[in-house]
Amino acid sequence: MKPVSLIAILMCGILFGFGLSLATMIKPEVVLSFLRFQDFGLMLVLGGAASVTALTYQIVPRLLKKPLFEPIFGRHSAALNRQTIGGAALFGIGWGISGVCPGPAIAGLGAGNWQLLFAVAGMLAGAYAQGWLASRPPHRPAQPAPSAR
Amino acid sequence: MFETLFPLGAAHYLLGGVLIGLAVSLAYVSTGLVTGMSTLFSSVWSFFSSLDFFQEARIKGSRQWRLVLAAGLILGAALWLMTLGGGKPLTTVVTWWQLLIGGFIAGFGARLSNGCTSGHGICGLASLQVPSLAAVVAFLTTAMVTAHVVAVLGGA
Repeated sequence: MKPVSLIAILMCGILFGFGLSLATMIKPEVVLSFLRFQDFGLMLVLGGAASVTALTYQIVPRLLKKPLFEPIFGRHSAALNRQTIGGAALFGIGWGISGVCPGPAIAGLGAGNWQLLFAVAGMLAGAYAQGWLASRPPHRPAQPAPSAR
Repeated sequence: MFETLFPLGAAHYLLGGVLIGLAVSLAYVSTGLVTGMSTLFSSVWSFFSSLDFFQEARIKGSRQWRLVLAAGLILGAALWLMTLGGGKPLTTVVTWWQLLIGGFIAGFGARLSNGCTSGHGICGLASLQVPSLAAVVAFLTTAMVTAHVVAVLGGA
């Protein structure tokens, strides 16, 4: 990838990390207080972020033939299947236990919260387990056992 | 009513959310990339593991910009800490085992689902994807139930 693209991605990350911090999403306590119906602020964060992004995703490809530095506009693609929904349900269980999701786990380190390394280590291990399972050869129906005669 | 819903105020939530949206927009306008966060946790394994899954182009091929994005997240939070954040490093009362076990399950689930709060929640909803909406409803539901159960069991 071009250096100028990587600089743009770095700027995106800085803005993202600053926004997550300002919105206090890097504090697991705040996320847990949302999940326990004590403070609905997370809905404003998600709503604000998704609304601005939706405008960009809808408008920008109509104004520009291609992104400024790269050839194509990517697309978030998700399939409606058991993996997407089951995986999301599992993700929610982990999120509900820890109050930490991937973005804040990383950003929180920048705010000096080293305890989040436990969450990062857990996520790395979880991602490895998923990749290991996904790398296994497809399951074949068991052959009937040869009869020992 | 307002104080009940937002006891700590609402402005910082909304402003933070808008900044996150602008960040995702900046990445899209400049590079066309869709910036979910969970794939990073798979793509870093491409450095260390020869498993087929981690060597797929979509995982291995994106590791460079995903690492740059992660570095930006850390820098952005550090910038916040040194300016509006008051300079005192954050800590959490959530226990290490909650972070570790919760992190493992969340990491596994997000990668199985191919998205987390940013991938499905922000980018997926913003691209008006029905599967992402279903994923968001699924993870919000299980997260709310789980967080209540953990509170009843005496967790932080």
